[in-house]
Amino acid sequence: MQQNAILTAVRRRNSFDARAARDRCRTYRRRILEISQQVTALHVAPAFSCVEITDAIYHGLMRRQPDGRYHDAFLMSKGHGCMIQYAILEELGELTRQDLDLYCQPGGRLGAHPDYGTPGIGASTGSLGHGMGIATGQAYAEKLKGSDVAIHCVLSDGEFQEGSTWEAMMMAANLRLDNLIGFMDYNDFGGLERMSDGHRAFYPLVPKAEAFGWEALEVDGHDGEAIVEAVMNRRGGKPMLVICRTVKGKGVSYMENVAIWHYRSPNKEEYQRALKELEDAAG
Amino acid sequence: MRNRFADTFYELGKADPRLCVVVADISPAGSIAKFRTEFPHRFINTGVAEQIMIGMVAGMAQRGLRPFAYTIATFTLYRPFEMVRDDLCYQNLPVTIVGIGGGVTYSTLGATHHAQEDVAIATAIPNMSVIAPCDPAEAEAATRWCAIQERGPVYLRLGKAGEPDFTSKLDQPFVFGKLRHLRRGSDVCILTYGAIMKMAAEVADRLTAQGKSVSLVSVHTLKPLDIDGLAQMLTSHGEVVVIEEMSPQGSLGTKVKALAYERQARCVVRCISLQDDFIHVYGNHEDILAAHGLSADAIMAGLTR
Repeated sequence: MQQNAILTAVRRRNSFDARAARDRCRTYRRRILEISQQVTALHVAPAFSCVEITDAIYHGLMRRQPDGRYHDAFLMSKGHGCMIQYAILEELGELTRQDLDLYCQPGGRLGAHPDYGTPGIGASTGSLGHGMGIATGQAYAEKLKGSDVAIHCVLSDGEFQEGSTWEAMMMAANLRLDNLIGFMDYNDFGGLERMSDGHRAFYPLVPKAEAFGWEALEVDGHDGEAIVEAVMNRRGGKPMLVICRTVKGKGVSYMENVAIWHYRSPNKEEYQRALKELEDAAG
Repeated sequence: MRNRFADTFYELGKADPRLCVVVADISPAGSIAKFRTEFPHRFINTGVAEQIMIGMVAGMAQRGLRPFAYTIATFTLYRPFEMVRDDLCYQNLPVTIVGIGGGVTYSTLGATHHAQEDVAIATAIPNMSVIAPCDPAEAEAATRWCAIQERGPVYLRLGKAGEPDFTSKLDQPFVFGKLRHLRRGSDVCILTYGAIMKMAAEVADRLTAQGKSVSLVSVHTLKPLDIDGLAQMLTSHGEVVVIEEMSPQGSLGTKVKALAYERQARCVVRCISLQDDFIHVYGNHEDILAAHGLSADAIMAGLTR
């Protein structure tokens, strides 16, 4: 079983096609915008900043078993980014089209934050600073069981202001959890302001993670191929943090780095403009 | 209780490789130290870091293990409260969080180490079960139940050490969610839980010496409460006395009173608990309890007034 998983992984990694990834990511963004038209508020921009990260994990990094199910695991620690995960789970058939159509609606089962027990959802998050601790426990359990399952955890950069995240960073390194890979969605926006304006002493990030015993590097978080390469080429032996430089609201010019789009749905006119921009960018 | 828990956990852990214990910088009592030596990978010390202790046990439970988090009650429940609520209870994971020294057991350490409102807080969280055994034998039975249950998170409130035995010779076994009768009478029913059983038993002895027929009951499971069992006590006794080492807010006493009202019970209900106060005194466990008004003498004075 493990051998098969590894072989599948090798095939998948070699087959990560940057062009196909761009097409997928455009489709996910369109789908998220479409759903935004059904509700008054939806975390569009926080999802858009981690579209390529999440796509790279699902389509470039996580290994599948021969039956098609994922061998590795995913956990969305930045719960407010879950729309991208929902879109991918819909594509994979874990969630149905109706599930997403009923997002945040009576009778639906998908809320604005992921809920454990929903197919494909690794943990109930939404309150920040919980995911890394849970992922650490998951990764340790896999080690204890003697499996090679890797845990992939997407976090917001804001979550690294939570002390609980650093408790987990410390513990994961102590336990040498080389099967734990964190992906920081480094979009530099908190709810209030640019984090680099408000918390200058928070930077630089790579040396902080390294000082806590992690392998860390910074990549372009909208380049899925770069993210996959970074993980594939890791030195190993430690947990790894991939610090993904991103743009909040990436892909729609008027949303990029504009705080209000953290939690606002575009109106009809804005929606059409957003769709056009995505199409134009596709060339 | 602490040592019996450790002995029991060690014994269960030898047979079940899913059992793990995650502590936050607390020296492992008794057999837990032996467990650590024999199963070093299933004993994890997160250090002075309680949020990751709870986060980890959540993740471990999701991946098929049966972890116990173990430290002083305040640090099991209060410091990592949101992790307990969201990671364990919201996700409804079969994890036991063990709170050592519930109530004011750590008498000289001040209120930073007193879990005097722990039962109120733990019982308020959806999905959480709460068990407070009254003696080592009941702690063992509760631990055995916790190790195999699939229901969800459990807060297991333990005393520290030196509690006398009350239940090892009882015919009635420990059953999760059911009252346990240490004595059966018909005039006064004393409802209690946890280490303060010792004081409750003394009150029962004194009432018996006065010619009263006394029931003494361990309400070891505080959530879910044995509503039918409690209602029966309310209807079959003229007087029900709740004695607890816990804040009056959210106490067993308030729940028994509410039930008495709902069931239109005719009995007198008296509630004796810790004060809703941080009392800045030191001394042994009995001294702190007495400062809160909890001593056999004070209770008897109140009951006969």
